[in-house]
Amino acid sequence: MTTNPLRIGNGQGFWGDSASAPLTLASQEPYLDYLTLDYLAEASMSIMAIQKEKDPNVGYARDFIQMVKAMIPLWQKGSPLKIVTNAGGLNPIKCAEECRNVLQGELKRPFRIGVVVGDDIFPLCRENPENPLFDNLEMADSMIHVHDRLVTANAYLGADGIADALKQGADIVITGRVADPSLTVGPCIAHFGWALTDYEKLAGATIAGHLIECGTQVTGGISTHWLKIPMGDSIGFPIAEVSADGSCIVTKPEKTGGEVSTQTVKEQLLYEIGDPDRYLSPDVTVSFLSLEVEEIGRNRVRITGAKGKPPPLTYKVSSTYRDGYRVEAMLTIFGQEAPLKARRAAEMLLNRCRAAGYPPQRSSIECLGDGAVVPGVITSKESVKECVLRMGLADRKQETLEFFAKEVYSLVTSGPQGTTGYMTGRPHIREVFAYWPCLVERNLVQPTIQILEVL
Amino acid sequence: MIVSVPLREIAYARSGDKGSSANVGVIAYTKEGYSFLVSYLSSERVHHYFSPLGPTSTIRYELPNLWALNFVLRDILAGGASRSLRIDAQGKALGQAILEMEIELSDDLLKASVVPVKK
Repeated sequence: MTTNPLRIGNGQGFWGDSASAPLTLASQEPYLDYLTLDYLAEASMSIMAIQKEKDPNVGYARDFIQMVKAMIPLWQKGSPLKIVTNAGGLNPIKCAEECRNVLQGELKRPFRIGVVVGDDIFPLCRENPENPLFDNLEMADSMIHVHDRLVTANAYLGADGIADALKQGADIVITGRVADPSLTVGPCIAHFGWALTDYEKLAGATIAGHLIECGTQVTGGISTHWLKIPMGDSIGFPIAEVSADGSCIVTKPEKTGGEVSTQTVKEQLLYEIGDPDRYLSPDVTVSFLSLEVEEIGRNRVRITGAKGKPPPLTYKVSSTYRDGYRVEAMLTIFGQEAPLKARRAAEMLLNRCRAAGYPPQRSSIECLGDGAVVPGVITSKESVKECVLRMGLADRKQETLEFFAKEVYSLVTSGPQGTTGYMTGRPHIREVFAYWPCLVERNLVQPTIQILEVL
Repeated sequence: MIVSVPLREIAYARSGDKGSSANVGVIAYTKEGYSFLVSYLSSERVHHYFSPLGPTSTIRYELPNLWALNFVLRDILAGGASRSLRIDAQGKALGQAILEMEIELSDDLLKASVVPVKK
């Protein structure tokens, strides 16, 4: 148990974030204790499920293995940096074994990989879809209606498994689905020796985790003031310095682009939250209403005052089910009355699909450049002379969308003059994995850990 | 004198998705600006502003400690990231959109609500 602040960085905000960021951050910050890496989104779990169906050895974020490989020289030079990540996806054990293979024989010290499993409740949902907790939280619909099309179902586990693995000496902890802030809370519990009922402290660490979980979103990325923030060519990834009382300072490496200010911190505090008095995590229920945010130095913002109450008696579950197919196509239209021409061309095409016996169940026509991002909310008085026509179609049957995909670019020769930008090839038809948020009783989910020794 | 300005003169914002719903956080630059927003930027006004996108309800939460309001707009994303055919299926643009809202306030209040000049 120590009283120095724990320095926790985030080097990956989502699957698709800068692949070079984790190593860059670790190199910029030799005194970083932990690196957290978030690889999961709703869509990524479905992609992993499909991969795993074909090959039981995959189904995790393989980018992470490359990342671990790139970190070897740092560890060889004596860096004590530990990594906590949800890169395990649907196959945390395989992910850990692959990490061990990459590290085997490379490190001249004891090195352990901890794995947290137990989040995958797919079998439970398939067997017992009538459980009322599995009802869709958004639509109050029973899982009975989709359980035969279910692809994934994962409970958002908390920080306890991560903390246990770290207490057993893990240098890398790999999980499947866990709540994003728990990647930060776990190291704090292990380091400071907090109890799982130290709700005030857990609340503070959850705030720290919430702030850094999306990487550069707290260091100037997507800020309202983005244009005014000096970005350089490389924006710094965030670091939370968490104190023993759970309060934290958010900062970023020296000589990097971006900014950590009360403004960037307040924006990220509000990111994807509901009731600020009841921010639900599997570790603690947090109130934001007593937080104080204070700039205490250049790119250093202190956040204190988080209040915590016990977490819900249920885990949140993210599940996905097959819901047909979708396709998008884009063409650029330039010239007089461009949006009108774009719309007419799109309607012509949709009518052709219907006449040929391939009417899509859902379709959309957007004229990007003419206020289509928030249609009807922001309307411009002047007519624009160029727009991107974006068409989206969804249907139960793939054939419906195939007909459209083979017809759409005929507009290049049959559409309005000034139709261009079709060089990317025929549009790609994708399967839809629709989101089904629900809950599960805590006692039905058993997080367990395994430790792998790297020799 | 009453003046009309875009909301971005006195506040900044951030938005994101929660399934098929979205949240939009609006943060005032000053305490005076926050007090004004509490009375002016009601959930009804925000619901009406975004009504072309079809939200089924709009709830407002107050965070006086951060000079911020948080709006949760249910079903505004027409299916959300996985199902919505919209370009902004994740509500990333809603923050910028709300900052374009024209608001009316007295010029004295506007002066007290704009970005404070950094010392």
